[in-house]
Amino acid sequence: MDTLLRVKNLCAAYAQGGQRVRAVDGVSLELRRGEVLGIAGESGCGKSTLAQVLALLARPPLWVEQGELWLDGAVYPLGQGIHLPRELRGRKVALLPQGALNALNPTARVREIALEVIRAHEPKTTPQEAYARARERLEQLGLPSRVLEAYPHQLSGGMRQRVVTVISTLLNPKVLVADEPTSALDVSSQKAVVRMLRKLLEQGVIEGVIFIAHDLPLLRSVADRIAIMYAGKVVELGPSEELVEAPRHPYTQALVGAVLVPEPYIRQKRVEGIEGTPPDLRSPPPGCRFAPRCKYAQPRCSELEPPRFGGEERFAACWLLEEVLA
Amino acid sequence: MKSLLEVEALGRTFGSGKRTLQAVKGVTFSLAPGEIVAVVGESGSGKSTLARLILRLLSPTQGQMRLEGRDVFRIPLRAYWRMVQAVFQDPYSSFNQFYSVRRLLQKSLGLLGPLSSQEREARIRTALQSVGLEPEGILGKYPHQLSGGQRQRVMIARAIMLRPRLLITDEPTSALDASLRATVLNLLKDLRQEQGTSIIFITHDIGQAYYLSDRILVMHQGEVVEEGPVERVVEQSQHPYTKRLLSDVPRFHG
Repeated sequence: MDTLLRVKNLCAAYAQGGQRVRAVDGVSLELRRGEVLGIAGESGCGKSTLAQVLALLARPPLWVEQGELWLDGAVYPLGQGIHLPRELRGRKVALLPQGALNALNPTARVREIALEVIRAHEPKTTPQEAYARARERLEQLGLPSRVLEAYPHQLSGGMRQRVVTVISTLLNPKVLVADEPTSALDVSSQKAVVRMLRKLLEQGVIEGVIFIAHDLPLLRSVADRIAIMYAGKVVELGPSEELVEAPRHPYTQALVGAVLVPEPYIRQKRVEGIEGTPPDLRSPPPGCRFAPRCKYAQPRCSELEPPRFGGEERFAACWLLEEVLA
Repeated sequence: MKSLLEVEALGRTFGSGKRTLQAVKGVTFSLAPGEIVAVVGESGSGKSTLARLILRLLSPTQGQMRLEGRDVFRIPLRAYWRMVQAVFQDPYSSFNQFYSVRRLLQKSLGLLGPLSSQEREARIRTALQSVGLEPEGILGKYPHQLSGGQRQRVMIARAIMLRPRLLITDEPTSALDASLRATVLNLLKDLRQEQGTSIIFITHDIGQAYYLSDRILVMHQGEVVEEGPVERVVEQSQHPYTKRLLSDVPRFHG
């Protein structure tokens, strides 16, 4: 399958009072044309930072330190002081943010917001053209075009998030980076947003989605592949079903084990959370960063960082896999 | 079994004239000692209003409640809150940011009337330990120095310390990572096991309700549309709304 976006050895850090906190540390990922790539992890694992960087929205105090971005056929080096062509942002890559209410100007009608977004990239667009485009897009997705006349507060949370989705894809970006787009919604609205993303992909409006969430059941239902992040690093990657049914990294196993869903097995045992907290990234532990919380940790885990075991398609970074997969 | 709490035709209307909104309509149910009942529904279904009514943070416009057979509204508030306690969704907002953990817990102990300082200290320590927090490390801390999980555990410790008969938890895990949710729900399970506390668990997440509770009430537009033992409601739901709610939950295994 062909690659739409790829990052190699991406590092990004927050500069804080002379101190650097590296929130994304050597991440390499690939998004293929037509797929939804899920990224999961606990709060503070770096997934939202990664979203900011991938959406090309990193700005101080967040700095992209190094890496390489491969986007729709072109290669761009990344690093401090390197400016990417402005037209990539919004056109090639767009961000679908989490809090839809905060993302929308409360004093503007939806149609004015749509106009503003289109004009930022195509300054000559007339309001009529912009409204027509927004109306057409809403209808295409089965949403009532009267929302164009509404103010954000007049829409329900679920509708608002769908409207933000429409607005952030008005310019037909190739890649949509969705950062926890449904975390504040109940399951029914969640499903509506997910359906809409799928529709946008099928209709070819967008060509790939990076879907960031902490909710594994949701990711399992929306993503083709899932990457698990821990303390700034990708620790496991695989097709969604395999990753959930046969997780290899102890961290992924613990995440999967902590999931509470209305399925019979849940009531037959005690579901355990993950003890401890992710490390402080100001001074990450040596070796495997999960080792301090890992029940299988051996002495070398806290000395040497485990490499990725497995192939491009399916790997995990854990010493336990050395013998199994070598 | 004699019930701990009986709620009868409870209702609350907001606004007046044409602009009235009936947030809770004719809700009737009872809760046995040591029972965990989940109230499940979407945003806007009235479940948080119901919690506030039972906590007496809001007065009902219709209906009655009895706690151990006594009319709830005849019990003085402080006495009521000794028996009925709550844990809310966002521990940050129910935590005075200028109070250390020790001060917060001591203030709450004030509800119980005069206690010797040894007794206070002992209660605080036991409660913190029972939620898996080390008292030494945590008592002097302020809310911003704690992680979300720690803050929520402090709030649960606060409730446990007062040894209420009934604990109302309104979305206690929504602000927490999935990896911590099970830990918090296990605390609630243990609390019921060890102290026989009854719990009303309010959530929009059927998965959590299914794990924790004995019985489920499904709320929709202010009314309880389905009620029954957890297994029955989840595995053989009858009301179309419950069915829809369940079908919208993403499948995890298979």
